[in-house]
Amino acid sequence: MSAPNTIRDTFFEECDELLEALTDGLSELEDGTATDDTVHAIFRAVHSIKGGAGAFSMDAIVAFAHAFETVLDLLREGKIVLDSGLLAVLQHSSDHLNNLVEDGRSGTNRADSGTTSILASLETYLGDTVKAGIDDQSDDFGFEAITFSLDEPIVTEEPGRTTFEIEFTPTADLLKNGHEPELLLDALADLGTVSVRVETASVPDLRKLDWQNLYLSWHLALETTADEDQIREVFEFVEDLCDLDIAELTKESAVFDIPTDADADLETDDTDTLPVQETKPRAAAPAKKTLRVDLDRVDRLVNVVGELIINQARISQLIDEAEISSSSGLPSELEAYQNLAREIQEGVMSIRAQPIKPLFQRMSRVVRETMMASNKKVRLLTDGEGTEIDKTVIERIADPLTHMIRNAVDHGIEPSEKRVAAGKDATGNIRLTATHRSGHVIISISDDGAGLNRAKILETAMSKGLVPQDAELSNSEIDNLLFLPGFSTAVEVSDLSGRGVGMDVVKNAITSLGGRMSITSAPGKGSTFSIVLPLTLAVLDGMIVQVADQTMVIPISSVLETIRPTVRDLDAIGTKNWMLRIRGLNVPIFDVATQLGLRAQPIDYKDQVLLLVEAEGLGQFALAVDDLSDQRQVVIKGLDGNYGAIPGISAATILGDGKIALILDPDTLTMSAKPGVHSPHMTTPKGEALHAASA
Amino acid sequence: MKTKVLAIDDSRTIRDLLRMSIEAAGFEFFDAVDGVDGIARYNEVKPDVVITDINMPNLDGFGVIDGIRTGTENQNVPILVLTTESAVTLKKRAREAGATGWIVKPFEDESLITVLKRVAGA
Amino acid sequence: MQQALEQPDVIGSEFVSFFVGDQSFCLEISQIREIRRWSPATVLPHAPDYVLGVINLRGSVIPVFDLSARLGFGKLTPDERNVIIIAAIGDQMIGMLVDSVSEILSLDPDAIQPRPNIGDEEVISYIQGFASVDDDITRLIDLEAILSPSSKLVAE
Repeated sequence: MSAPNTIRDTFFEECDELLEALTDGLSELEDGTATDDTVHAIFRAVHSIKGGAGAFSMDAIVAFAHAFETVLDLLREGKIVLDSGLLAVLQHSSDHLNNLVEDGRSGTNRADSGTTSILASLETYLGDTVKAGIDDQSDDFGFEAITFSLDEPIVTEEPGRTTFEIEFTPTADLLKNGHEPELLLDALADLGTVSVRVETASVPDLRKLDWQNLYLSWHLALETTADEDQIREVFEFVEDLCDLDIAELTKESAVFDIPTDADADLETDDTDTLPVQETKPRAAAPAKKTLRVDLDRVDRLVNVVGELIINQARISQLIDEAEISSSSGLPSELEAYQNLAREIQEGVMSIRAQPIKPLFQRMSRVVRETMMASNKKVRLLTDGEGTEIDKTVIERIADPLTHMIRNAVDHGIEPSEKRVAAGKDATGNIRLTATHRSGHVIISISDDGAGLNRAKILETAMSKGLVPQDAELSNSEIDNLLFLPGFSTAVEVSDLSGRGVGMDVVKNAITSLGGRMSITSAPGKGSTFSIVLPLTLAVLDGMIVQVADQTMVIPISSVLETIRPTVRDLDAIGTKNWMLRIRGLNVPIFDVATQLGLRAQPIDYKDQVLLLVEAEGLGQFALAVDDLSDQRQVVIKGLDGNYGAIPGISAATILGDGKIALILDPDTLTMSAKPGVHSPHMTTPKGEALHAASA
Repeated sequence: MKTKVLAIDDSRTIRDLLRMSIEAAGFEFFDAVDGVDGIARYNEVKPDVVITDINMPNLDGFGVIDGIRTGTENQNVPILVLTTESAVTLKKRAREAGATGWIVKPFEDESLITVLKRVAGA
Repeated sequence: MQQALEQPDVIGSEFVSFFVGDQSFCLEISQIREIRRWSPATVLPHAPDYVLGVINLRGSVIPVFDLSARLGFGKLTPDERNVIIIAAIGDQMIGMLVDSVSEILSLDPDAIQPRPNIGDEEVISYIQGFASVDDDITRLIDLEAILSPSSKLVAE
């Protein structure tokens, strides 16, 4: 069948939620916080995925989910016991289901090859009896089950057609003699219209049902032009193997009387008058109410709110200029307006922001998979799962992050023997963290492995002609060679992290989001890769500066100190470069206008304002700007989508007068002056994290 | 008046699919996200036919059938069970619990509508 | 499952024509968001010469290209008489400084001839085709080409 794309989209969205619920449930099972409903919730998640997948003919998902849910069903019914082995199989299955869903989404079938082995491990938990049920994907008795109606009497209109009620109770011997009830029913269906109801009252447990131990009896209704003898003929060969009752019904009577025993049982079990909610006490907490909103609408709102903030800033400015006395009450009203506008903005931003948790969960799968394939023992520790990042950013860092995690397992962590020999725990640790800092989101991946093999990196880079043979590079410069296009990380490209993708691709993906990457590594102790990403819409505490007749903004969090230098504070080195003397330190000065290419060379630093900043890898340095006006909060407007990364500029904002001001990025400002191997610096952890999107 | 169909399923995908097919066939469509919601909607909407999933949070499909058959005004409304189960047992159980018939997921529009028309008499 | 049908590349029949370097160019009207008078843009560092900078369009920061420079006619010195055409392609908005806007044309899409295969002048790669209008021709701008990767402001 076909359905419009939107429903397909809904299905995959829903899959994401269900897979998250599945992962959550499995974690609860793992850390012992599971409640009664946990297994039910896990089961439902898998079941719903199966149901949706069926609608889109994603057979690989359906078949696998079916086996998966069958095991979960046994678990929820207490037929099998959860131990570490089973938990591992369930996690593995959950990972695999994830991959299958990914395949479904992208129209690939990469995961299919893994299905057989995982199915095999699932099947070890199924008794033989249940296994038979799994194989039996085609159900029913070969007639159209859904045409059946119980409550509606079949009224025969055509003359010559009558309805027979047939009660058919096979004995266990029926099957041993090689008979198939299915075939009998098929034959009956050939005579007319068959309705069937199976009496299951004597089945102690539904899941134990199988044809070897048949406890069922069939109540059949056959609307037919045939007579009783013809019906009996169908049962001729099994007459001794079953109890058979055939009776002709009158037109007025219902096809079936509801079998009284079973019905009575149900009624007494569940009482007849109590409200439903009370008869089923295992009701779980109600699901969180959510509202699905088209992303475009949210984005429109985001934009309008941005304008509101700017408009509010403009009004403030105008009122300031009008010098209205504070006794008028206007300033306090204005402040209230400002706060409200800010609140609206935060609310709107929070709609687009999503916790990074699902992405982290996905990474724990990546770790498990990579671990299994590389035969290493690795533990993934995560921190900051609740950190909220813009939805688009989350989507777009998934692949780079996956690649980096694979790298960390594959190349970062040593094999257990080596670790033990080095006096480390046999199990390696990878720490994945997310934090908000300085108006950025920082995601870091640290491993406690062997650290980067710099000798090998340098050798590779030289052999590929990426650096001259006689190059003398600092450690940090060597580490950054990894990001060069054409540099392949491993000497023998492993199946895992190789995959034809280099770190340059990862870096480009991050750069295209307006982010940066950095590496730190210590031999024998491990490596840390950091991704610094901008928040697409955020408020930044900025310092308004003048640079070559342009108004720009520098994040206050990066500024350690502002200095109006005197001649004595300045020392020249050569003809162009100057150092600032501050508290016994000499730090280099960079002229912002020159760095940005807005001026050919610096003007006299003593006429300028110097901002002392610090960047990782560069230590402290001073940025020269022409003047400094006030400090204020500004709304960050990303430039990333349109322009690629501009060294020295992280984003833009719109000031109270409606003009655009660029937001300076001290960490990359110095890059533009230094062609060649750029060190991607990390934002310094100086200052408080801005309350930007975290508020 | 249009025949009112209430579909109870915790899967958005399935609800959307049902909505598409059922509205296209000229029925009026209502949905609910779990069993408890389903009973509430049932009392509110008073549908001519109910389609319910089995595995749902809060109250499962059997509970829904029980609830409708024992605790509401129109206890004899046709109820169709949605099931992915190839296991015949589940359908039997649904029948025992009072279901009128079932729809196997994935469903074809045509057979879905055929069944609906049959049980709802529409 | 079938993917949704791709939106066919339908070109409407209304075009806005404008002048760049004494030549007539046009854009399909649905691509144009608005036309505004020239106002100074905020200069972007390290940008190619055809990028005038960025402007504030109702809260969005969008780039403004000097279409004259982009098409190889040389840089325009903008003044009050010039206009910026704001166009959109997909999610991306772009402003284009042109000499002046002339008129709205009704053109039969069939009357648009494909891009001629002549020479390697820059302007050729930025037009989709052209159409005769009275005694003149008007050239249909290829927005995608205008915004193409080579137009990224920063060539790393």
